[in-house]
Amino acid sequence: MDILETLKTLWESSGFNSFLIDGGWKNLVMIAVSCLLLYLGIKKKFEPLLLVGIAFGCLLVNLSYFTGGDTSDALYHVDLWDNFLDPNHADYHSYGAIMAHGGLLDILYIGVKAGIYPSLIFLGVGAMTDFGPLISNPKSLLLGAAAQMGVFLAFFGAILLGFTGKEAASIGIIGGADGPTAIFLTTRLAPHLLGAIAIAAYSYMALIPLIQPFFMNLLTTKKEREVKMEQSRSVSKTEKIIFPIIVAMFVILLLPSTAPLVGCLMLGNLWRECGVTERLSDTVQNALMNIVTIFLGISVGATTAADRFLSFGTIKIIVLGLCAFSFSTIGGLLVGKIMYKVTGGKVNPLIGSAGVSAVPMAARVSQMEGQKANPSNFLLMHAMGPNVAGVIGSAIAAGFLLAVFK
Amino acid sequence: MFDNIIVSAAAETADKLSIGDAAITAVFGYAVVFAGLIILMIVLYCTGAIFKSKDAKAKAAAEAEAKKAAPAEPVAETKAELPLAPGSAGHVKLFDVPDKEAAMIMAIVADKMQKPLNELHFISIKEVK
Repeated sequence: MDILETLKTLWESSGFNSFLIDGGWKNLVMIAVSCLLLYLGIKKKFEPLLLVGIAFGCLLVNLSYFTGGDTSDALYHVDLWDNFLDPNHADYHSYGAIMAHGGLLDILYIGVKAGIYPSLIFLGVGAMTDFGPLISNPKSLLLGAAAQMGVFLAFFGAILLGFTGKEAASIGIIGGADGPTAIFLTTRLAPHLLGAIAIAAYSYMALIPLIQPFFMNLLTTKKEREVKMEQSRSVSKTEKIIFPIIVAMFVILLLPSTAPLVGCLMLGNLWRECGVTERLSDTVQNALMNIVTIFLGISVGATTAADRFLSFGTIKIIVLGLCAFSFSTIGGLLVGKIMYKVTGGKVNPLIGSAGVSAVPMAARVSQMEGQKANPSNFLLMHAMGPNVAGVIGSAIAAGFLLAVFK
Repeated sequence: MFDNIIVSAAAETADKLSIGDAAITAVFGYAVVFAGLIILMIVLYCTGAIFKSKDAKAKAAAEAEAKKAAPAEPVAETKAELPLAPGSAGHVKLFDVPDKEAAMIMAIVADKMQKPLNELHFISIKEVK
């Protein structure tokens, strides 16, 4: 046995050597980025359930996939997915090729690519959501619609910055402040941007308590923020059971492309409310949600391979994502102000900012800002209406963009 | 119009979308979200109205039933004369506060004071508006 030759082979096949070959430094940068994301997730508690998984997936892919090196042992293969998306390649849309040649994260990523994980997450979200505040105050839907303004402004901004229609639609949906919806739309329209969009979406969702109060204080007066809202009517059990059935029928008929998301959201909610499927409701809220979160986080993180992620386009996406979040908040607040005027001061405009999905973080921010202005103010349940309306609104926005660009 | 936008956008998605088309798509998309949720709002108001009228009818029927039954009943014990449960302490007057909320408030106060609920005497609970 030639020890020197063996050592040389070991060195050449190691990741350490790959850092030194063409473009290997990019992997080092991405490893640093993944460590930063891990810090934000663990120490700062920025959406930790997903961000820790995404960050570790990012770490794993950049430790094992080097564009210029040997990729046979990589956990995720960018080239396999390029072939999967290339109509001229023999492996076009071949999950068999992925199963045969892919690594662990390639196989897990099939669930993202096929839109399974985001839909299952919506199943859990539906089972965890009480739509009572929305049913008792249907006007909340207007705020949920208004808060989609950022989606379409960011879409327009992305076009101005040179992105294609499909890419712009995927970037715009960050403004919906709804991670699963953003992932669902991006895997269908611009899968090569998935890593950047998912990281931007989840990071900004975690930063909502920092982003929104600035606009809330800027756009509302102290008098408006002090408004105490009247208690909403109580909602009967039957209404809560009928609600998911009506919404599923109505929204899916309007935009069939929303069927996977809205269908799962409403099925989960029906399991919660119907009173005869507690076991299923409990499973999707806890066990299934946790399992899917694990798979979704780690496989989305895997799409951040250095040579794709480190580009000027990613910086543009991060900036546009921030604009999308900000304009969605502004849209909700402006319609909240209109409702304040129209109702003669009965609606606190702060609940408008909760229209940006991000359940229940955005509603909590409305509650906190309302209480700062008036300590006896309890806006949480009033803000939950626009908050859950935002989930439906962002699903409709995604459905529209999918219908236009697919 | 929707078809035109889809066709126009689909034709251009391979490359770049023109600024004009992008603006139309953005405005139209925002309008579709509003329209969808406004129609849903109307549907919810309609179902809500049906349930409210049902509830009102049921309430009125129950009240009528109670009124009918009232003369037949002997004028016996008033609420104040009912025997108290062990540990009961006084009667709480509620002003614009539902029973459930009052119970919750009393439980929270007892918890904060770290005293058993039956050792506390609540005189009245009033919502400050």
